[in-house]
Amino acid sequence: MSTEVEPKPVQRKPLEWFNLKGKRVGFWAYVVMRLSAAGLVLYLFLHLVILSQLAVGPAAWDNFVAIAKAPAFLLLDVVLIIGILAHGLNGIRLALIGFGIGVPRQKMMLWIGLVLTIVFSLLSALAIFAETK
Amino acid sequence: MKLNVKMYRYKPGSEPHYDTFPVEVPDTGNVLDAIERAWADHDMSIMFRHACHHASCGSCGLLVNDQEKLPCVTPVKDYGEGATLKIDPMRNMPVITDLAVDASPIYQRMQLIGMPIIRNAETLRPDGTEPLPNGVETFKRFENCLECGLCLSACPVMATDPQFLGPMALAAAERALAEPRGLDAERLYQLIDDEHGLWRCHSSFECTEACPYEVDPGAAIMRLKRKVAARKIKRLLGG
Repeated sequence: MSTEVEPKPVQRKPLEWFNLKGKRVGFWAYVVMRLSAAGLVLYLFLHLVILSQLAVGPAAWDNFVAIAKAPAFLLLDVVLIIGILAHGLNGIRLALIGFGIGVPRQKMMLWIGLVLTIVFSLLSALAIFAETK
Repeated sequence: MKLNVKMYRYKPGSEPHYDTFPVEVPDTGNVLDAIERAWADHDMSIMFRHACHHASCGSCGLLVNDQEKLPCVTPVKDYGEGATLKIDPMRNMPVITDLAVDASPIYQRMQLIGMPIIRNAETLRPDGTEPLPNGVETFKRFENCLECGLCLSACPVMATDPQFLGPMALAAAERALAEPRGLDAERLYQLIDDEHGLWRCHSSFECTEACPYEVDPGAAIMRLKRKVAARKIKRLLGG
């Protein structure tokens, strides 16, 4: 007698990319890379929409500049800088290790990127909010 | 040592759920001992794979508290007295029943590469317990690969691309290309230089973290990327 069972198929969901359960630091970097990439693409389109105000006329642009100087909007600038730094620095790390450079120290490179992201984000935030005083 | 084993249960035709079993194992025991106690003391319908009990066969791989482990060499003392061990089947492979997965994705991938590695000596660890040749201080040895599939389970790309060659097969290809021994290298290059091959790896290094024998498939994939990129550039320049 033979018995055959139908295996429970694998659920392949893109959301698994963001399932952090039991994952280690390399996977966190993988998730940050995807989220920051999506955020930066969104920002690019937002940037083009905002620039299109120039075509509407000086009054429309002046209105936008007034909004852009609000602290909440400036906070978004800081988020943007964090995204650029995190994505860019990890991108450099990935390019290097993809060419076989520094592979044994890839984790250390990740930590260095994280420290640089934090330091330069803080400095940028200080500079941005100092301007408003 | 008293522990609770919270185990994934699935029988075809029924909904998956968790059962929790209180077990007692020696302090020197491993997670596989705890699973076997749950089986022997509570429910003999629990299905799980195991054979050698000493990390030689690679058949018992599963998730302990959401991390890929070989339970036969994972000490229970790592989790502490009274801990609850959440036990799940490996990810990215169809579950046949309980903790037993359909492991064919592991072997199909090695078959594709051509099963190039023949290990004629036991697994080695670079921990100083065995003599190394003169001048060799440490090493990574692909031949240590148990084909346990933990790297396939840990890989986030496997979660969305069922055709991805995966870390184990790519590391095998890297090893084979480093020392082809009459192998059809061109066929291997075609296989790995593909959207479901080498370039699908996004360097999360979860495979390296999961590997119980320090094969470091992540680093092997990076070496392979360099090799294939250099080959492409050379060809582009007419070399």
